[in-house]
Amino acid sequence: MAERERSHTRPLGGVFVAHSQLLSAADVQRALTRMAHEIVERNGGIEDVVLVGLQTGGIPLANRMAEALSQIENAEVAVGSLDVAFYRDDIGLRPVLPEAVTNIPGDLAGKVVVLVDDVLFTGRTIRAALNALNDFGRARAVQLAVMIDRGHRELPIRPDYVGKNLPTNREEMIDVGDDGVWIGTLEDK
Amino acid sequence: MTQPRHLLSVADLGTDGIAEVLRVAEAFAEVERRSMPKVPTLRGKVVATLFFEESTRTRLSFETAAKRLSADVLSLTMANSSVKKGESLRDTIETVEAMGIDAVIIRHSSSGAPHQVARWLTRARVINAGDGWHEHPTQALLDCFTVRQVLAERKGVAPEDLGIGCFEGLRVLIVGDVRHSRVARSEVLAYTALGAHVTLAAPGSLLPPSLEGWPVEVATNFDAALADADVVSLLRLQAERGSGSFVPSLREYTAGWGLTARRVQRLSDAAIVTHPGPMVRGVEIASDVADLPRTVVTQQVTNGVAVRMAILFLLLGGEWPGGDPHG
Repeated sequence: MAERERSHTRPLGGVFVAHSQLLSAADVQRALTRMAHEIVERNGGIEDVVLVGLQTGGIPLANRMAEALSQIENAEVAVGSLDVAFYRDDIGLRPVLPEAVTNIPGDLAGKVVVLVDDVLFTGRTIRAALNALNDFGRARAVQLAVMIDRGHRELPIRPDYVGKNLPTNREEMIDVGDDGVWIGTLEDK
Repeated sequence: MTQPRHLLSVADLGTDGIAEVLRVAEAFAEVERRSMPKVPTLRGKVVATLFFEESTRTRLSFETAAKRLSADVLSLTMANSSVKKGESLRDTIETVEAMGIDAVIIRHSSSGAPHQVARWLTRARVINAGDGWHEHPTQALLDCFTVRQVLAERKGVAPEDLGIGCFEGLRVLIVGDVRHSRVARSEVLAYTALGAHVTLAAPGSLLPPSLEGWPVEVATNFDAALADADVVSLLRLQAERGSGSFVPSLREYTAGWGLTARRVQRLSDAAIVTHPGPMVRGVEIASDVADLPRTVVTQQVTNGVAVRMAILFLLLGGEWPGGDPHG
């Protein structure tokens, strides 16, 4: 793990430079498995559960979460992806562009949606995601699963399932990848 | 990607810009497929359509796009505006800007009118919805978008995953009244920027007086050019711009340059036929040909909304005057 190009944040993106590792790949997998058990416990199974990964960091986690859930419950769980660009509250304040095409599996009416994201920070992405989900039907409940809760909330939003709570400085950046979780900074390209 | 203030010509975008429009339009095409196809993206923005020339589909398409983005839409038809009372274009535009309008979508019979309007405006963005014989950029963009969609569908992949590589070496044949066609000019710019080869096929009288500097070829043998084409872009004879006097008769034009049921046989099985509409069945396209699956006119109209949503979003939502980069 050295540097990764990021299209998000800073006008026109930047390069994430890692400083130190916070969780190993195995730690992330253990946290995912634990969160999967919590989801099953809270909802008494996964019958009406739909996982929705947030573009882009939440998608691989949602897929791995689905795998963990199907191993626990021996059943398939629907997985979708959501890009919140069109619902953001900072359009016109910073570069906001969709990262990918949204893909929600069917009508969400009556379902329990578990939003999955890599890092929970200000909460503004989740606010936008809640708005976006409304357009796909009235879910019975929406829950939030994040690998890292780094604090600094600007809105009254809290996660239901957390991989790890991690106090950070605002300037720092968290990167969740296949090789674990790293803390670092975003440098200009 | 450079951020153009206005969309006056396809050339304002460059290859990267066109690729970005196609990518973002794919995200809006998904919005269009929803049962509730509306997003709050441009809430509070005001968009005005100023059509100094009649049009149904382009105006409807732009207004639908703006409404699906939650922008407010003002529709000025010049037939019953103060223009008829003798107001100059400049005064009309200044009135519009004074009302705090964020984007002006303009169609005008004079080539260059949107450029002039863009110079007068200080704040609002201008989108060219067709000016004289000059350009119709959103039409060319939606044509490219539709072609990519068809190619992706045949390959069984998502269009956004094809990128713009699918245009490399694609043979595009533009047929008909190139001389009077703003669609043709924008298509030449868009397709060639994406790496396609463009060939024109038209009677000499309907070719532009000079093709100097155009990155195109002219077909010497129409039937052979049809056999080579991956995409055939048909143009309408612009009777209102006097095309009629450039051909001996409509029947003769159809016999020589129309896509008749017999001529369509020359196309390869994979060839796609596009038409910017409105089609004149029996003149540039036979009625049976217009209804073939390879003729993608309906998809073009549908895609027009997504592509125009992308343009409005990129021009009105893409600005970033500072702000918290980490927000």
